[in-house]
Parts: sequence; structure tokens; C-alpha cells
Amino acid sequence: MSKKVEKDRMGMIIREEDTPEKMEVEITEIKAPCDKDSPVLIYYNWCKKCGICVAFCPTGCLGRKSDGSPYVQAPEKCTHCENCDRLCPDFAITGAKER
Amino acid sequence: MANIPQRIVHEYLRHDKKFPHVWCAGCSNGIVLGAIIRAVASLNIDRNDIVMVSGIGCSSRMPVYVDFNTLHTLHGRSIAFATGVKLHKPHLKVIVVTGDGDCAAIGGNHLIHAARRNIDLKVVMINNNIYGMTGGQCSPTTPHNAYATTAPYGNIEPDFDICNLAMGAGATFVARTTAFHVQEMQSMIKEALQHPGFSLIEVVSACPVIYGRLNKKGGAAQMLKDFRDNSLPLAAVEKLPPEKVEGKIIRGILRKEIRPEFTAEYAALCKRVQTERGE
Repeated sequence: MSKKVEKDRMGMIIREEDTPEKMEVEITEIKAPCDKDSPVLIYYNWCKKCGICVAFCPTGCLGRKSDGSPYVQAPEKCTHCENCDRLCPDFAITGAKER
Repeated sequence: MANIPQRIVHEYLRHDKKFPHVWCAGCSNGIVLGAIIRAVASLNIDRNDIVMVSGIGCSSRMPVYVDFNTLHTLHGRSIAFATGVKLHKPHLKVIVVTGDGDCAAIGGNHLIHAARRNIDLKVVMINNNIYGMTGGQCSPTTPHNAYATTAPYGNIEPDFDICNLAMGAGATFVARTTAFHVQEMQSMIKEALQHPGFSLIEVVSACPVIYGRLNKKGGAAQMLKDFRDNSLPLAAVEKLPPEKVEGKIIRGILRKEIRPEFTAEYAALCKRVQTERGE
């Protein structure tokens, strides 16, 4: 099995799983989430584990895993204030009520 | 399009680019990009009528990711390129995204002359107090006594107040905010997009990886908390005694006035000369 290796314009090797087609699929997934019960959706592929969303969550709905990435520790506490949406530098989390 | 902050941003991103973006974990550039996109989306401007111009630097990587007309140009010359775009096609909204080193050091001259001409550019200057991309050299906005890789014993120079510089040069819309105050930033960008004339928005932002580490500021979240605690809105500043205001970041629209705009003046000049010569 041959792995497809591409180079982008900057000359960086991008892996097969990073090709645009694959990303398009993942982005559609964040728009139409599979887990409808969770009040907060986290897109782990784009998350850089900076901890801003956890630090500014006013109700303590979000917690931090041992590797630094966020997770929903108390789903009932989410007020859909959308603080995490606006403060996430990587566009990797949404706490919006409507989906 | 539903009014969901993150979904609006995703609509405007170029999905054929490599994501996650190149900025370090916790860098405020992503927050500013989100605010710009939401401001544009809330005004319902066609994305083909927006031109985003940038120079070189961390923040100047921004146009690569966003689906407007974009120009990624020479170091410090973003305002010069943007002036050309605006003069050729005055109906376009030209947003210049620039960093503090790009705008105030290398491109300082372009900034003051664009402000003097009052050409309709929207300059969003992301001030992270340091040259982040090249390894943390001292920039014109590095505060006095702060550390940088080229100032290992503390910076002996006083720092530059870019908003005062722009106001002195004659900019007609000058505002300052921080990366923590996202909604304020968004409304300022929105107001600047509607303002006819040169607009400068200074966003005091966090560089947790280089500036934060050299100056022991804590992580990204701690730096944003510092912005929240160490900043004052302009309305509160007028009521407080001066000793309480000292050392704080003053947020708000510092100047908004109407002055003849350069591209309109130029069009009027062309028309006048053509009628005089009977063409």
C-alpha cells in the first residue's frame, strides 16, 4: 500500500489524512454534530490545548484532561453563553444552543 | 446562516489550507481573526468586496486562512499596497492586518502618511509587544523594563503609544481594545468598517510563548485574565483619579470624526479637471 505524500506551497509535507478532502469532511462534522446531547462540541483535531476555554468558562462546565485538552465535565451547567466560541483562538469549540 | 459564532467563522475559512493554523497555542491572533470575520458577517458585506492586506509577521499570516480577496505583501508595506488597491477600486473595503513591528517600526512611515491622507483603510494592529515570528526581538511597543531576546537585562527604551501616534498624524477613527474583550473588538471593527476614513484599531494581545515566557506572565489564559483586570474603559477613566489609571490599558473609541476622505477627494479632482478641460 503506497501512502500518498503531498507537498503544500510552503514545501511542507502534508500527510494523507491531512489532505483537503478529509478536512472538508471533518468540518462538516462540526457543523452537523454526531453527539447531539452534549451542550458543548469540541473539535479535537484543531485544539491546541491552550486552556483558554476552560479558564473562562463561567460556570465550570468545562474541565481539563491530563493532557490539557478540554472536556465537558458537567453538561447540565452549560448556559450557552458562547464565551468559549468567541475566545477560542483555534475555532475548535462551540457552545451554541442551536445547532 | 445561523447566528452561531463558530459556525460563521468556519463559513469564511479557506478549507483547502492546512489547519490547525500555524499560530502557537493560546496566541490571540485567532481570536482577532474570529472577531474580524464575525464583524464582516454581521454587516452582510459580500466577501468579494473585502480585501485583506498584510505584511510579514505572525499576525500577517491571517489572510492566508480567510476567504476574502487577500494580499500577503512585503514587510511593513501592507498599508502602501492597500493604498494602491483602494485608489484603484474605491468601492472595496480594505482591511489591513498588521503587527506592532510591521506597523510601527518598519511600516511606521506608511502608517503616519496614510493617517494624514485619511484614506479609507481599516488597520487592525495586533500589538503583542514583541517580534514573535523572528524569535522575540524587542519591538517599538515592548514596555520599559520588559524582557526580550535582544533585551535580556530589560528594555531601556520607552514604548510607543500607537493610538496617540495615529491621532497625532490625523487618523479619524482610533480605538483600542484587548484580545479578551472580543465583543467590544467586534463592535469596533464593525464601526470602523462603516466609518469613511482612516481607521486604526489597536488590539493589545497575548504572545504567551515568547513574550509571556520571557516576562513570566503565566500561560495564555493568565495573560487574558491580566488584560481583563488591568484595563479600563474610556468612560471609567474620566471619573477616576489619575493615580488609579496609571499603568492600565485604556479601552474604547479614542477618536471619531469626519474629515474629507482621500479617494473621494481624488475622484472629485479628476472630475473637476476633466470638466475644466472639456473632456
